[in-house]
Amino acid sequence: MTSLTDPPKESFRLSMLIYDTRYRSMTIQIVALIGFLILVGWLISNTAQNLVDLGKEPSFGFLSEPAGYDINQRLIEYNSQSSHFRAAIVGLLNTLLVAALGCATATVIGVVIGVLRLSKNWLVARIMTVYVEMFRNVPLLLWIVFIMAIVIETLPQPRDFRGENPAASMLLGDSVALTGRGFYIPAIEFTNSVTATGAEEVDAVVGGSLDWLIVFAVLAISIFAIRRVRRRADRIQEATGLRPTTWYLQLGLLIVPVGIVFILLGAQLEYPALRGFNFAGGIYMRNSLIALWLALSLYTSAFVAEIVRSGIMAVSGGQTEAAAALGLRPRRVMNLVVLPQALRVIIPPLISQYLNLTKNSSLAIAVGYMDLTGTLMGITLNQTGRELETVMLGMLIYLMISLMISAVMNWYNNRVKLVER
Amino acid sequence: MSNLSFVRTEMLPEREPPLTEVGVIGWMRENLFSGWFNSILTVLSVLFIYYVLSGILPWLISPTWNAGSLRECREILVAVGSVGEHGASGACWGVIRERWIQLFFGFYPSQFYWRPIMAFVLLAVALAPVLFADKVPTRLLYFSAVYPFLFPWLLWGGSIWGPLGAAAGFVIGYFVYKSVEVRVNSLAGIIAGAVTALIWWLVLFSPITSWLANLIPLGLEGVRSRDFGGMMLSLTIGVVAIGMSLPLGIVLALGRKSDLLIVKSLCVGFIEFIRGVPLITLLFVASTLLNIFMPPGTNFDIILRVIIMATLFASAYMAEVIRGGLAALPKGQYEGADSLGLNYWQAQRLIIMPQALKISIPGIVSTFIGLFKDTTLVSIIGLLDPLGLSNAIRADSNWNGIVWELYGFIALMFFVFCFGMSRYSMYLERKLQTGH
Repeated sequence: MTSLTDPPKESFRLSMLIYDTRYRSMTIQIVALIGFLILVGWLISNTAQNLVDLGKEPSFGFLSEPAGYDINQRLIEYNSQSSHFRAAIVGLLNTLLVAALGCATATVIGVVIGVLRLSKNWLVARIMTVYVEMFRNVPLLLWIVFIMAIVIETLPQPRDFRGENPAASMLLGDSVALTGRGFYIPAIEFTNSVTATGAEEVDAVVGGSLDWLIVFAVLAISIFAIRRVRRRADRIQEATGLRPTTWYLQLGLLIVPVGIVFILLGAQLEYPALRGFNFAGGIYMRNSLIALWLALSLYTSAFVAEIVRSGIMAVSGGQTEAAAALGLRPRRVMNLVVLPQALRVIIPPLISQYLNLTKNSSLAIAVGYMDLTGTLMGITLNQTGRELETVMLGMLIYLMISLMISAVMNWYNNRVKLVER
Repeated sequence: MSNLSFVRTEMLPEREPPLTEVGVIGWMRENLFSGWFNSILTVLSVLFIYYVLSGILPWLISPTWNAGSLRECREILVAVGSVGEHGASGACWGVIRERWIQLFFGFYPSQFYWRPIMAFVLLAVALAPVLFADKVPTRLLYFSAVYPFLFPWLLWGGSIWGPLGAAAGFVIGYFVYKSVEVRVNSLAGIIAGAVTALIWWLVLFSPITSWLANLIPLGLEGVRSRDFGGMMLSLTIGVVAIGMSLPLGIVLALGRKSDLLIVKSLCVGFIEFIRGVPLITLLFVASTLLNIFMPPGTNFDIILRVIIMATLFASAYMAEVIRGGLAALPKGQYEGADSLGLNYWQAQRLIIMPQALKISIPGIVSTFIGLFKDTTLVSIIGLLDPLGLSNAIRADSNWNGIVWELYGFIALMFFVFCFGMSRYSMYLERKLQTGH
């Protein structure tokens, strides 16, 4: 203590709640909390009053009632007798399907466009600029309905494939049919499925997914093994300075086990074929899915292209030169110096674009693709008249998806971010 | 032998650079044909451009400007011999000539078209002192302050006393604040000012304005919200939502950065919730749920509800943009403000916010572009924005079957607006880049 006398001991006065900075923050927070609670209470009491007036008890019982409508594009078994809950699950899976497809293609197209936009070739760079500006500055909804119109109007109908001298023909050795109603592509079928031998009560969908589960498990093990091989190569390089050649080992690890599983399961391609007035067999992707997928990926790819471009430009030329001066070869300069730095800039906005794409997939309702918005917040809402429950549930599900993607983003960000002072 | 030398004694005259290095040829050699790979790319690009243009141009150039229906268009096209494999091929521009006004104004009464036009021209004037601060006199800022009351009056019409009364609330509150602040202190001033303004708006506002309206009936003829449509509707929703979300966004951003745990978590919760759900679900809330949340008997029109939800949506994004601006300020600015002895609000008002908002203008503009594009979503809940109108136009038997012309025209309108704004924001970013 440097002061000779202790400061006078103040007794607590009520005015200190406002004027003393020690208590003021507390006061403000409590006032804010009370205000918030009053607002929420007001909204809830209004809602309760209105619902009583309308004679609607809030309940989620409707979820187990039969839905009574059909969903034409689905990943799991569903018919009009299934419950509203199952309809919502079908919708959720459809949302995730188009989101995953869209993210994958948007990334590929976006990276290509972004790199080409940096091309030294003036003409190529200009074309890519036009592409980016064209897709960025026109609303996504317009692109979705526009591409839907293109698919319906310009592609041939299944009937055009019929007859001796058809107006249209299938592509890739009669395996893919692009029609105005949708695309028909070959499906992989397991003739020797694990569930076919005995357990008959398991329905076909679960059985099929069990086969795929095995395939993916084997793939995951292969990838793990490949990482071990790489790490061993790194260790040898650090110890001796020479890196053993391992690419054939990696390639073999990737292909051989999965190939063996496919052969054991008796995998074969099931081709779509024209039967009557339509195609049968194979996988049928409806035109609404195609239009939505294309529009989402083209639109998002314009944003991805800009992100990739700025990421590459953010790595200064000195880095490349310094790496070259250290004697690294161009490929390793790219892998070890440029890409890690560019990715640090690219990945966070890229993932937020994935988030946008997933949220934008809710525009499916404009072309009649039955995603979560179309089932739960569309037909189920109209049939049961439960606006509050359906819309709240739908928002909650979207929020969960978004929060999961954000969590991944934050985890990655924390892993790669530069540690500053 | 004295003049024997191994080097030149006189300078040669400067020669022109070789033709292949300058001018058009030099430029082409450098930018289009610098190597075999580049040359292949160039040839491929030229082929691609030719392919696209040869597909679009003949369709685009079509003498159907004066046609009155799709059938007439087809007859004109067959008459000039422009026939493809599926019958007549070529655009039918008659629909644009007949309906472009509708695509811009919806069903707004045609004798009042000057009102939205004037509203948006004045918008440019009101924004000028903010957007082009160095070229416009600062005094225009007073007009910017008046503009928010002028805008709805011009669009919706009604008695002039409504907006004047609403503005009077702020004036009264300010004067009460000033007079109490001098006598007591600023906190009591703020409370007194806010309470008087609230009393004015909630209690005195409607009797006084209706009395004044009866006394001096000044005003514009009212226009119902459901007559709004087309580009004007998109612009109105976008402009109002962005304008109102700016103060909300500032509050949310400050709340998110504050040390007060409860305030902070409320703000973070709101922002993350809004950013985590698609806009279309919020529009569903506007169309189906908002009336349920309000006291029984409240019923306000759908455009207002959409604007409320769009404002909440935009304010979450705006908060993130402004938070970015706050984070970009060097720490020394905060410390400098503290060392001058300014309190929190003085520091925000005089030091932090002017700089942070200036940095975030490009972000605000791109938020506006995003919101403006997203206003097309209101067609899903049945409002007549350009996209919703295009469906209505196609329901007309004259134009049944028109697709590309309408979508193309709408896309062009959006492109012009959004591209212009994005160019502006790029210009601003370059101007603000005062670093290296």
